[in-house]
Amino acid sequence: MATAQTRTAARFMMAPSVIALLIWMIVPLSMTVWFSFQWYTAFRAPEFTGFANYTYFFANPNIWTVFLNTLILVGGVLAITLVGGTLLALLLDQPMFGQGIVRLLVIAPFFVMPTVSALVWKNMLMHPVNGLFAWLARLFGFQPVDWFAHVPLFSVIIIVAWQWLPFATLILLTALQSLDEEQREAAGMDGAGPISLFFYIILPHMSRALTVVMLIQTIFLLSVFAEIFVTTNGGPGVATTNLPFLIYLQAQFQYDFGLASAGGIVAVILANIVAIFLLRVVGKNLEA
Amino acid sequence: MGSITLKNVQKSFGGVTVIPDISLEIEDGQFVVFVGPSGCGKSTLLRLIAGLEDVTDGEILIDGVDMSREAPAQRKLSMVFQSYALYPHMSVRGNIAFPLKMEKAPKEKIDAAVNNAASILNLTDYLDRKPRQLSGGQRQRVAIGRAIVRQPKAFLFDEPLSNLDAALRVNMRLEISDLHQKLKTTMVYVTHDQVEAMTMADKIVVLHAGRVEQYGSPLELYTKPANKFVAGFIGSPKMNFIEGAEAAKFDAHTIGIRPEHLNVSKDGGTWSGVVKVSEHLGSDTFFHIDVDGIGTLTARASGDVPFKHGETVTLSPQDGRIYKFDASGNAA
Amino acid sequence: MARAISTQRKLGFTVFAWAIAFLIFFPILWTFLTSFKTEGTAIATPPQFLFFNWTLENYETVLERSNYFRFLGNSIITAVGSTILGLVIAIPAAWAMAFSPTKHTKDILMWMLSTKMLPAVGVLVPITMLFRILGLTDTHLGLTLVLTLINLPIIVWMLFTYFKEIPVDILEAARMDGASLRQEVIYVLTPMAIPGIASTMLLNIILAWNESFWTIVLTTTQATPLPAFIAAYSSPEGLFWAKLSAASMMAIAPILIMGWFSQKQLVRGLTFGAVK
Repeated sequence: MATAQTRTAARFMMAPSVIALLIWMIVPLSMTVWFSFQWYTAFRAPEFTGFANYTYFFANPNIWTVFLNTLILVGGVLAITLVGGTLLALLLDQPMFGQGIVRLLVIAPFFVMPTVSALVWKNMLMHPVNGLFAWLARLFGFQPVDWFAHVPLFSVIIIVAWQWLPFATLILLTALQSLDEEQREAAGMDGAGPISLFFYIILPHMSRALTVVMLIQTIFLLSVFAEIFVTTNGGPGVATTNLPFLIYLQAQFQYDFGLASAGGIVAVILANIVAIFLLRVVGKNLEA
Repeated sequence: MGSITLKNVQKSFGGVTVIPDISLEIEDGQFVVFVGPSGCGKSTLLRLIAGLEDVTDGEILIDGVDMSREAPAQRKLSMVFQSYALYPHMSVRGNIAFPLKMEKAPKEKIDAAVNNAASILNLTDYLDRKPRQLSGGQRQRVAIGRAIVRQPKAFLFDEPLSNLDAALRVNMRLEISDLHQKLKTTMVYVTHDQVEAMTMADKIVVLHAGRVEQYGSPLELYTKPANKFVAGFIGSPKMNFIEGAEAAKFDAHTIGIRPEHLNVSKDGGTWSGVVKVSEHLGSDTFFHIDVDGIGTLTARASGDVPFKHGETVTLSPQDGRIYKFDASGNAA
Repeated sequence: MARAISTQRKLGFTVFAWAIAFLIFFPILWTFLTSFKTEGTAIATPPQFLFFNWTLENYETVLERSNYFRFLGNSIITAVGSTILGLVIAIPAAWAMAFSPTKHTKDILMWMLSTKMLPAVGVLVPITMLFRILGLTDTHLGLTLVLTLINLPIIVWMLFTYFKEIPVDILEAARMDGASLRQEVIYVLTPMAIPGIASTMLLNIILAWNESFWTIVLTTTQATPLPAFIAAYSSPEGLFWAKLSAASMMAIAPILIMGWFSQKQLVRGLTFGAVK
C-alpha cells in the first residue's frame, strides 16, 4: 500500500523523532557508562578506574537493604493494586446507579501529583498526633500508629499504591468490559456459578491485561522518587531508600559522579530485564 | 481520450508474485470488467493502473504515455472504492468538490460542476448533508459524483456494489451502465460477481491466480470459453463437467454442458438418473440429478416441470452445445 | 436477551460501590475541606468535617505570599510547551509509521518504547552536568526539552494507534482526487485525526504537569513548576496544613478535571495500545 513516493517522504517524517530519541538515549547514557568507569567527583577530574565504582557501590553496607526496599516497594504496590484493582474492576462492572460518578471518584487519585499525595497522606492522614488516622485509632481505643517512624516503608507503599490503584482498576475494567456478554451467558447455561465463572472465564480473559498492568507498573515503580523525597528523605536510616533515591543522594550530595553513574547503570540493567518481558507482550499486539 | 495499455506488468509483494505477467489493451470508451474469484489479483491490477501500488516490472500506458512511475494524481483517473471512502468531515458538496479544489479550479467552475454532478445523480437535495447521514446507495452516488467532476480519462471501480443489498445492487448496475452510455468515458470495473460482469461489460477479463484466462466480449466468453476455468466461471448455475469414459465417447478428456442446454424428460434421453434436489425459483427449476457413472448433473427446466426428489428422469444435451476440453483444460 | 437484574441487587451494589469509592476519594475530599479551614481548625481534634467556619484565607495567603502564579505559569509553560513540541515532531513520525510501514517500523516503535523505560537515575549525572554546562538548569527551555523527550514515545505511540484507525482508502481517495502529500495531510488526514491528537494532547499535559523527578532535580527557583513548589512544603515551619491543602487543591484541580475526561486515552496511552 506504500509506494515509492510515500516511502521517501516517510523517512523524512520519522527522522526528527528518531534522532531526538537517539540523542536522548545515546548521549547521556554513554556518558553515564563512561563516568561509571572513572574516579570522578566534584573535587577531582575524571580518572579511569575500571570497575572500582561498581565494587564500591556494592560494598555499601546498606546496598542490599536498598535493593530489598526497592523490590519490596514494587512488590507491595503490585500486590495491592493487582488484587485491589481486580476486585474494584469486578465491582464497577456490576449494574448500579451512578456508575459514572463512582468511576470518577475511583480514578481520581491517579491524577494527583505525587508530591501532593505524599504530603497529604503524611500530614493530614498519618500524622501521629493530629492526623485523621490517629483520631480514628483513639476513637476505637487503639494507640495511634506513628506511621513514618514505625513502618516507614509500608507507609510509602500505601501512598504509592493509593496512587496506582486507579490505573490498575481502569485497565482491568476496560479488559473486563471487553468480555462478550455471550461468553458469560454460554457459561451460565453450562452451569457455571459466579466463582467458576471468575476462575475459568473472567480471569483467563483478563490475564493479558493483568500482565500488562503488572509490567508497566513495575517499570514505573522501580523509579519511585517523589513520594520518598517529600516524606522521609530515605529515612529513618535507609528504611525507605530505594535504588533511585540512593543514586540521587550520591549524585546530589556526595558529589561522587562516578559512583552515582555506576549506580545508574545498575538501575538501567535492572529496568532492562523487566522491559524485555514487557516488550514481548506489547509486541504481540502490534500489526505494523 | 482514455485508452489504457498494460505491457508485461508484473507485481510482487515481498517474495510473493501475485501477478506474473499481464499484457492488456483497453480501448478508449470501453467498459471493461476484471472478474475472477477472491485472490485472483483483480483489485491489485486495478490499483496498479490507479497508481496506488507500484509495478514491480512492466509498463502501464495511458493514452500511449508510460505512467508507471507517476503518482495517482498525475494519471487523471478517478476511482470509486468498495467502501466509497467518502470524507466524513466534509458535506456531500465538499466531497464532490474536493478533486476540483485540489486542482485549484476557480469557484464558479467548482460550483457549476458540483451542481451538474448532483443533478445527474439525484443528489441535489443532499448536498449539505454529511456522509454519515446518507444511506448506502446515496453514499455510492456521492462517490461516483466525486469521480465524475474530475472529468477523468477513465473511471476505475473497485467492487462498488458489494456493500449494497440485492435490490439496490440491481438498480445501481443500471445506473452505472446508464452513466457509461452518457459519458462515453472508459470504465474499468472490478467484481467477483459474474452477473455484473456479463450485464455491464463491453469486454471481460477473466483473471485466475494473477493470469488472464480470457479477454473477450461477454457473448464470446459464454459461447467460446478458452478453457475449463472460464467455462465454469461464466454462467450460473455452473457448467456441468463430465470426465472419463463418457467424455471419451465424444473424443475429449472432459466435456462440458451448461444446465440450460440439458433437456429433462421422463424417458428417452441420453443419460438417466435420480433427482436429488430440485430448486424451485418460480420461473425456472434447477434439478440436481445423480447420474450413474457420471456424478451429479444440474439441469434447468421451466418452472412448471413437476419432477420430484427420488424420481428417475433422463437428460439429453441440446445439439451443438457440448464443449470439449483436453487434458490440460483448454478448449479442444 | 437482557437478564432481569433485581433492583435490590442493584441497590446493594450501588451502596457498596459508593462506599468504596468514597473511601478511595476521601484523601482528596479531605484536602478540599481542609483548604477552607483555619490552621487551628485544620489540626483540631476531633477533626471537623463540615461544620466549621469556612474561610478563603488560605487561598489568599498562598496566592499572595508564595508566588503561586509564577509556579503555575511554569507548570503551564512546561506542560503545554512540551506537549506542543512533542506533537510537532511526533505527528509526522506517527503518520509515516501508520501509513507507510516498512519491515523496520515495528522495531523502531519498540525501540522508542524502550527509551521510556530507561530509569531517570540512569542519566541523572550526565543530564545535570550537561544542563550546568549549557546553562539550562532552572530554565523553561531545559525542563521543557526534557519533558518532551521523556514523553515522546507515548505521544508517538498514541498517535500511531489513532492514525491506524483512519481508513486507508479515504487517504487513497484523496490521492486519486489529485491531492499532493501536503494537501492530503492538511485537508483529509488532520481533520480526521483531530480527536486522536486532542486525546494525546490531554494525556501528555497531565503526564508533564505531574512529573515529579526532573521537575525537582532540574529547577531551583525560576522555572520551578508546581510539583517542586509543593515539595517545598515538606520541610515547613509552624502550622501549614490548611495552606498546604489550598496550594494542593490549586495544583491538582485542573488536572483532576482533565483526567476525568481522559480515561479512555489513559488506557490507550499508558498501556501502549496493548489494552484497548
